[in-house]
Amino acid sequence: MINTLLQGILLGGYYAVIACGLSFMFSVMRIINLAHGSLAVAAAYGLWLLAAKFGIPPFAGLLIVLPVMAAIGWLLQRFILERSARGGTLLPILTTFGLSIVIDNLLFEQFGADTRSLAPFIGNLSYASWQLPGHIFVGKLAVMMMVTAILILGGLQFFLSRFALGRAIRATAEDPDTAGLVGIDARRVNAVATAITMVTVGIAGAFLGMRATFSAYAGGPQLLFAFEAAVIGGAGSLWGTLAGGIVLGLAQSLGAQLHPQGFLIGGHAMFLLVLFVRLSRFGMPVLDKFGASLKLRARLRSPT
Amino acid sequence: MSLLSIRDLDVSHGLLQAVRGVSFDLAKGEVLALVGANGAGKTTLLRSIAGAHLPSSGRVLLNDEDLAAVPSHKRIAKGIALVPEGRRLFSQMTVEENLLLGKSSGRKGEWSIDRVLDAFPNLKPRRHAKTGHLSGGEQQATAIGRALMSNPDILLLDEVSLGLSPLVVDRVYAQLQALLTSGTTIVLVEQDLARAMSVASRVICMLEGRIVLDRPAAAVTREHVTQAYFGLHRAAGERSAS
Repeated sequence: MINTLLQGILLGGYYAVIACGLSFMFSVMRIINLAHGSLAVAAAYGLWLLAAKFGIPPFAGLLIVLPVMAAIGWLLQRFILERSARGGTLLPILTTFGLSIVIDNLLFEQFGADTRSLAPFIGNLSYASWQLPGHIFVGKLAVMMMVTAILILGGLQFFLSRFALGRAIRATAEDPDTAGLVGIDARRVNAVATAITMVTVGIAGAFLGMRATFSAYAGGPQLLFAFEAAVIGGAGSLWGTLAGGIVLGLAQSLGAQLHPQGFLIGGHAMFLLVLFVRLSRFGMPVLDKFGASLKLRARLRSPT
Repeated sequence: MSLLSIRDLDVSHGLLQAVRGVSFDLAKGEVLALVGANGAGKTTLLRSIAGAHLPSSGRVLLNDEDLAAVPSHKRIAKGIALVPEGRRLFSQMTVEENLLLGKSSGRKGEWSIDRVLDAFPNLKPRRHAKTGHLSGGEQQATAIGRALMSNPDILLLDEVSLGLSPLVVDRVYAQLQALLTSGTTIVLVEQDLARAMSVASRVICMLEGRIVLDRPAAAVTREHVTQAYFGLHRAAGERSAS
């Protein structure tokens, strides 16, 4: 049981990495990027291409892929998201949905239906583990993902609170009109925020390729996991995203213990339960009081 | 040469024209009180100068440079800072963070966090408090301090007394007094006629989007302004013409 809980917690690290970009983008620009998973898969393919065709190991490949992802993020915001956001809140959702279809099909056309993995290019890291007393195994990659999640979230938190650009991002997120009146270029700030988001998406894509196989249409499930972790943790909250990822990972691990098909169902059930409790504010005061007594929102609140 | 020139400015909110053919010049060091009833177009005029509203026609010139194509975030770099109506602070951020945001334009000058805190001593103990938790007077002081941090050539103050108790307004104006006498060019939108006239060197009164009175403060009485404020001068003119 302890093993199951530990694996669930560590799996939450991966979900936190993939969800933090989604959450960050929502908190700053109020855009739900439905192409999030597809972009992560595209990054994984980029790393695979560098490793398989040019012999560049995935960790070194990140030095190429992450700047490219940042540039894609900048261009995405300037030429697609910014324009679509002018048409209201629904249009960016439709736009990113369309973008995900385009990315998925381009990847399919380029790489076909075969599944790929980055595991062969990272030695034994994908399956290596430490054995702890009590026959408990801790995967090295899983620990690396959790540490990376904490570093990304902590780094983002530090950046948002200590740097002028971070403060500008928070100000733009809170009130873009007034941000302009104090001298902040909201367009530039949003483009930077999207670039940062895409860097986290690139890292998530790398972990996706290292811990499992992926194919052209793997973006949908990744988006779903990211969305569930972000909602469970409270959309827009950075540390909440880590908590959401851990809760999702735990629910999936426990679900898998109960039934062979329970892995995904466990996660979805937890997501629906959290959603039910959150929406109960409008109709179930007892649950609302319970939630308020835990002060969860205050505890998970981030600068964004 | 005028520091700021407004020429035939028209500004609309959809079908509603809020500012109609407004023209005036502002010299360096002037303190202009912009008065008028609710809906007279004062706030819209101020926001147009700051670049938050685009005019439908007319020009805003700063040192003879047309600002038509200059967005709001670049106008502050050129020296125009607005303290918006209702303060519009970033409530999730601290006083210090709000003040630091005022430096976003990158303009160099004498204003720093320490100087703002010296000018508004009530903010000193609240430096690390989130602005959403401040009193109205502290919020107003933070909003003014944030604008000053950009070292503006022209400070636009929109309804600094709005929503504050008379006692707090006295305190805010007392803190503003040093600023008002330091030679900073200020456009002050104020509902309180007596207070506006006591600090201004010039008074402009707006009615239904137009300027109906523009005189040095020393040359107008409160009665003049009141008549212009309510459009009584126009009614009297129409009566005498008939």
